[in-house]
Amino acid sequence: MSMEEKQNSQTSLDFNQNIFKPTSREEIVEIVKTCYRKNIPLEINGLKSKNKIGRNFQSEKTLDLSDYKGIIDYKPEELYIKVKAGTPLKEIVEELDKNNQQLAFEPNDFGYLFSGESNSGSIGGVVSCNFAGSRRFKVGSVRDHILGFQGINGKGETIKSGGTVVKNVTGYDLSKLVSGSFGTLTILTELSIKVLPKPETSKTLVIKNPHLKKAIDFLGKALSSSTDPSGGVFYPDYFGKDFVLNDLTHDGGLTAIRIEGPTNSVDQRVKRLSKELGLLDQELSILDNEQSNIFWSRTKNLEVFKKLESNLLRIVLPVSETLQVIQKLKSYDIKYFVDWGGSLIWAAFETLNAKILSDIKDIVKKHQGYITLIKIEDDLKASADIFTIDPIKYKISEKIKRSFDPKRIFNPGKMYTGI
Amino acid sequence: MPKVDNAIMSKKDKIASDLRGIINSKNVLSNPDELRPFETDGLTAYRKMPLLVVMPETVNEVSQILKYCNENKIKVVPRGAGTGLSGGSMPLEDCVLIAMGKFNKILEIDYENRCVVTQPCVTNLAITHAVQDKGFYYAPDPSSQIACSIGGNVAENSGGVHSLKYGATTNNLLGIEVVLMDGTITKFGGKAMDSEGYDFLGLMTGSEGLLGVITEVTVKILKSPEVVKAALVGFPSIEDAGNCVAEIIAEGCIPAGMEIMDKALTKATNDYSKAGYPTDAEAMMIVEFDGTEHEVEAYIQKTKEIAEKNNSSSLKISKSNEERLKFWAGRKAAFPACGVLAPDYMCMDGSIPRGKLAEVLNEISRLSKKYNLPVANAFHAGDGNLHPLIMFDANDKESLRKCEEFGADILKYCVKVGGALTGEHGVGIEKRELMCEAFNDKDIQQQLTIKVALDPNSLLNPGKVYPILRKCAEEGRVHVHGGKTKFPDIPRF
Repeated sequence: MSMEEKQNSQTSLDFNQNIFKPTSREEIVEIVKTCYRKNIPLEINGLKSKNKIGRNFQSEKTLDLSDYKGIIDYKPEELYIKVKAGTPLKEIVEELDKNNQQLAFEPNDFGYLFSGESNSGSIGGVVSCNFAGSRRFKVGSVRDHILGFQGINGKGETIKSGGTVVKNVTGYDLSKLVSGSFGTLTILTELSIKVLPKPETSKTLVIKNPHLKKAIDFLGKALSSSTDPSGGVFYPDYFGKDFVLNDLTHDGGLTAIRIEGPTNSVDQRVKRLSKELGLLDQELSILDNEQSNIFWSRTKNLEVFKKLESNLLRIVLPVSETLQVIQKLKSYDIKYFVDWGGSLIWAAFETLNAKILSDIKDIVKKHQGYITLIKIEDDLKASADIFTIDPIKYKISEKIKRSFDPKRIFNPGKMYTGI
Repeated sequence: MPKVDNAIMSKKDKIASDLRGIINSKNVLSNPDELRPFETDGLTAYRKMPLLVVMPETVNEVSQILKYCNENKIKVVPRGAGTGLSGGSMPLEDCVLIAMGKFNKILEIDYENRCVVTQPCVTNLAITHAVQDKGFYYAPDPSSQIACSIGGNVAENSGGVHSLKYGATTNNLLGIEVVLMDGTITKFGGKAMDSEGYDFLGLMTGSEGLLGVITEVTVKILKSPEVVKAALVGFPSIEDAGNCVAEIIAEGCIPAGMEIMDKALTKATNDYSKAGYPTDAEAMMIVEFDGTEHEVEAYIQKTKEIAEKNNSSSLKISKSNEERLKFWAGRKAAFPACGVLAPDYMCMDGSIPRGKLAEVLNEISRLSKKYNLPVANAFHAGDGNLHPLIMFDANDKESLRKCEEFGADILKYCVKVGGALTGEHGVGIEKRELMCEAFNDKDIQQQLTIKVALDPNSLLNPGKVYPILRKCAEEGRVHVHGGKTKFPDIPRF
C-alpha cells in the first residue's frame, strides 16, 4: 500500500450525501475512487458562475470545490502564482493587485449575464472554460498562461503536468488540453499561472462610428500597426448609451481601441494611431486611465447583456469573415458586439429554435468559425448541441476522454453526448 | 531503444516495393548510401540507419504511408530539417523514416487575418522573410532558425531568445493539419484565434512526433517593432547579475530578450569573435527592449538604474542597430566559440526559476570540478532557460560517459530547485531516462494512455520522450506491483 493509499484509507467519507465539499486533496481522491468503483457520475462545480454553460446532464452526486481554496505560493519576481483550484478569482486578483501585477488574459465575468451582479468564479472554472477577454489577440487565451497543474483523473489518481517555469517542454503539454475541457477530463486541484506586471497606463481611443464595416477596417489597421493595441471592440448604436463616461462625447455606435504601457509611450502611440486612422477630432474621444479601465471592465463583464432574458451565443471567427457573418445573422432579431479586434462576436438572439440554431451553425462553420451557446432557453438546451464539433474530432475526443476518465464519471455529457 | 523487429527487417524489400506502389518510386530510398544522410539529427552523438526513407509530396501520400505502416506494424519516425538537439528524429533500425523535406512551400500569406499558412518543412526564418517587406515577422526565433523547419518547431514547441515577451511556438500557432498513425487526416485550429472542443492543437505542440505527422501549419505574424535597443552590462558576480534580472522583471519591465553569459563563455566568445565584451566581468548580460521609441527609452532608463544599483561594472547602450547587432553577434557565436576550446561540447537545456541562477551555477561549477570537465554557461535569463555547454572529447568513451553523467546531474538539479528538464530542446532520447526525475509513474502513465489512445500499437516515433519502464523500475521510481505492470497493452521496450 502506498503512502497515499494509506492516508486515504484513514479518511472516512460519508457517501450518503449528495453534495461533497472537500477541503483536502485526499478527500477528493477518495470521492473519485469511490465514484470510479461504483460507476457514479459527478457534477463538478466551483463557484457556479458558469455552470449554466454546457449541456444538461444526469449526475447522481455533486463535487463542490468551493472550499478547496487558497493561495499556495506567489512569487511576484518569478511571475507566477500557485493556487488551489477552488480559489475565487477575485481573491487572486486582489493579491496580485498588491504587487501591481495581473492575470493578463482578463477572463470574462459571467455573473452580470446570469444574475445581474459580479461573479467571476473560481480559478478552476476560469481555466476549465478558457474564455479570455479583450487582450486575447495580444497575450493569448487563458490556456497560454497556465504553466502547470495538478489534477485527479477519473480513476482517482493524482497527476501533474508542467511546473512553475515559463519554459518547459517536458512531456505532453496537458495544461493546454485541460484548459477549456469543462471539467470532463480531470478535476483540477492546483494551478500554476503566469502573472504579468500591470501596464503603467491604459488609454482608449473611442471612435464615433455606427458602421460595422468601418469598425472592422479601423480595427484591422490598428492591430496591424506598430502602435501595439491591447483591445479592440465595436458596439453598435443600441449599446452606445451603455457607456456614459466623462470623456466620451457621444452616445451612438462606437469602435474602441486600447493602448497600454508606460505613460509617455501610450500618449505617443495614441497620437500616432489616431493619425494613422485618419480620424478627425470631432469623431474621436480619448479615455484616460481610469475611464479606460472602466470601459474594458464593462466589456469583460459583458455588462451590455446584464440579466439578459434571451439567448447568448459566442462566435469565434477569422476576422476576415466577421462582416459577412454578421450581415447574414442580421436576418434574425439580434443584438451583438464585437471583441478581440473583430474575431469574437457576442450575439443575443431574441428568439432561437432548433432550426435557426442549425442554420446559424452552418453559416459560422462555412466561414471557418465555431459557436458556443452561452445562454439558451431550457427547453432548447435539452436538444441542442452547446458546442460544435466535427465527426473526426469527436472520435479523437472520445479517445482522449477515455484516457483520462475511462468510466465517464466527470461531467458526463456536459460538452458532447457520449463524452 | 525499442527491440528491433527482425520480421520487419527481413521484409525490407517487400516493404520498399509496397511503398513504391503508394508514392513515386524515386521518393522511396533504400540503398545505404541514400539512407546515410538521415542516420542522425542535431544530437550527433547517436546514429542509427533507418530501414527505409520515404519522401512524400502530398498529405494523401503521408496518410497512405501511415495507414500502410499501421496495418503492417511498421515503426515510423517523422523528420523535418533534422536540426533537433534531443534526438527526436533519430531513426530506428526497423523504421520507415518519413522525411518531410518536399513540403517546402509557403501556401498563403493572409495579412487581413495576420497569419501565414505554410507547409511544415519551410524554415522558421523563411516565414519572416516572406512577410518582412510589409513590416511583419514571425516571433519565435530558435537559434537554428535559419535551418530548422516550422513543422519541427511545432513538434518540439521551440522557443528562442524572445520567448519571455512573445511566447514559444505554442503561443504563436493558430492551426495545423495533421495525419494520425491510422492515416486519419484532420485539422486542429485554423485562422480563428480559438477552436472548438478539446485543445488538440496545444496537445500536439511539443509532442515530439509521437502523436501525429504535421502536414500544414498556420502561424500568427506580428507587426515588427518600431524601435529595438539593447544594453550590454557587465557584473562583478553572478549573484549581482541574477539580482538585476529579478529586479528588472519585478519593476514591470518585460524585455524582448535578456541573456547572461558567464566568464568562461564571455572569454571564449571574445577570443573567438572579437566581440569586445568586458573581460573582467564574472557575468555579462544583454537586455533588449522593443516597441515604440518612448516605451523603449523608458525601459532602457529603468534598466540602467537597476543595473547600477546591482553593482554593474560596465554598461553600454546600443546607439544604432549595427551596434545592437554587434552585441548579439558575440552571444550568437558563443556555441561555436566553445567548439574551439574542446573537441566536442554537449549543450544542455534546463529550465530554472530565475532567482535560482546563482545557486545553480555554483552547483554546475562544483560538478565541473567533480567530473573534471570544463563548462561554460549561457542563460536565457528572462525565462529561466539555462544552456550549460559541457566540453569533452567524443573519441574518448570515458569522456563522453562523464559528460553525459555531468549533464544528467545538472538537469536533476534544475528539477530539484523547481525547474524543468528541458526548456526548449525537447526530451527525445537524450533526456528520456530522466523523466522519472520530473514525473512519477502516475503522471507518466497518464501521458502514455494519451499516446495509446491515438497510436494503439505505439508505432509513431517509439522510444522517444518516455522512459523505458524497466530502467525506471530498477531505479525504484515506478511502482510495479507483484511483477505486473499496469497497462499491459502498452509495449515496453
